[in-house]
Amino acid sequence: MKILVAVKRVVDYNVKVRVKSDNSGVDIANVKMSMNPFDEIAVEEAVRLKEAGVATEVVVVTAGVTQCQETLRTALAIGADRAILVETDADLQPLAVAKILKALSDKEQAQIIILGKQAIDDDSNQTGQMLASLLDIPQATFASKVVVADGKVTVTREVDGGLETIALNLPAVITTDLRLNEPRYVTLPNIMKAKKKSLDIVKPEELGVDIAPRLKTIKVEEPPKRSAGVMVADVAALVDKLKNEAKVI
Amino acid sequence: MAALVIAEHDNLSLKVATLNAVAAALQCSPDVDILVAGSGADAAAAAAAQVAGVRKVIQVDALGLADQLAEPLAAQILSIASNYSHLLAPATANGKNVMPRVAAKLDVAQLSDITKVVSGDTFERPIYAGNAIATVQSSDPVKVITVRTTGFDPVASTGGTASVEKQAVADSAGKSVFVGRELTKSDRPELTAAKIIVSGGRGLGSGEKYQEIIAPLADKLGAALGASRAAVDAGYVSNDYQVGQTGKIVAPQLYVAVGISGAIQHLAGMKDSKVIVAINKDPEAPIFGVADYGLVADLNTAVPELTKALS
Repeated sequence: MKILVAVKRVVDYNVKVRVKSDNSGVDIANVKMSMNPFDEIAVEEAVRLKEAGVATEVVVVTAGVTQCQETLRTALAIGADRAILVETDADLQPLAVAKILKALSDKEQAQIIILGKQAIDDDSNQTGQMLASLLDIPQATFASKVVVADGKVTVTREVDGGLETIALNLPAVITTDLRLNEPRYVTLPNIMKAKKKSLDIVKPEELGVDIAPRLKTIKVEEPPKRSAGVMVADVAALVDKLKNEAKVI
Repeated sequence: MAALVIAEHDNLSLKVATLNAVAAALQCSPDVDILVAGSGADAAAAAAAQVAGVRKVIQVDALGLADQLAEPLAAQILSIASNYSHLLAPATANGKNVMPRVAAKLDVAQLSDITKVVSGDTFERPIYAGNAIATVQSSDPVKVITVRTTGFDPVASTGGTASVEKQAVADSAGKSVFVGRELTKSDRPELTAAKIIVSGGRGLGSGEKYQEIIAPLADKLGAALGASRAAVDAGYVSNDYQVGQTGKIVAPQLYVAVGISGAIQHLAGMKDSKVIVAINKDPEAPIFGVADYGLVADLNTAVPELTKALS
């Protein structure tokens, strides 16, 4: 069974981004870029399924600028077998990415496609669901447990108020939540090995998909600041403030 | 044209998040309908008909819709989508699950987690974990939207006089099967609907401490329990307690943060709370930057003392 994993290169989660002074976007020049954390969990899960003998091949894909090759190499170092970069400088929105991924999965015929539930830059939480919709196959979002058996995948999902378990026919799309697994640290020997693995580069035009953006960003601003309040000396003072000033208890 | 709100419900009752989504919908169009797709959901549909400002409730009842699975629910929404210029759902686990599926089939973009309606085609939404607010304009004929509930005050749950129109179920092949649900059993209020929330962070040190220190205070206040991502990652509590950009977005009357440093990720999920109290032994913790009342103290003594003082 083949597994396709989609990853995104994003501003590292430790970087506090700043809004540009002309309000055209956030300043990402010269900041550290990394693989989206939820996508790292997706790669890890696919590699674990291969190590468990469920999957035979793990193909990792991404779309974006040339530097996305680094992100793919990281996925290869975790244990993916080969990589595909759909190279473009264009502003890619979730619908366009879903179309690119559909074209790739039509070609690759993977049985399971795993993505992170959301990217930590645009926080859209859309691409996996859109891909499942375009492929007309079932989806299991926000996965915290994945079991593949008898031509089905059973997924435990993180939902409001607890967990939910659903069973899907294959092929299917899965998006990962935080607790699905803890991604391994990549070791130097595996980084060296990853450099020798195959990384194909294609252009969106070759896939014949329309990647025109549908949403226009008018402006990007700082969120309204919440000003700090007062420090209280002790518990008694706190209770007094809550009862008599804020009147919330 | 009209706007359609996808109801958040459990067949028996309508969830409050629906009321926030209706509020956003009314800013997009004066004509707002609610879709209640479920199984044996007469009570939820009747509740939806009471919601202030609603024109019509469309009820679709089928066994396959009982568990709000994405595939049949999306098919149902798509079967009536052509009557609407705006399709909205609250940004709950269900809403986030189904709406992109609808948008892709319509070949339109989705606007996720909107916090403000600027006009019928322009909306504000947080990006980068709430570190920036983007104003985005959609050029698509239909706007598919998920609504961040804390961005919109709910409309009144009563006062409306909408009719309930039953419609036939749309055909959708069963591609996924519901197996089971394991909801966290609790007598406490639900996190996203609670008036008071007591949240614990990594400063607690263990799951046992969480139960020993945080739970009694929450019980005393009649509050819901929350946690930071760090506390969830450390295994103190399950993920459905998580408040933050990757967890739940809350805005209670009172939010008590105990042993939480205040990572931007966490602040993004609770900074719209009316009153924020922070208890932390580190005076430099960023949480104090957003707290209305800060107390620098050892949580192991201060929190039990607070619980006792409220008796």
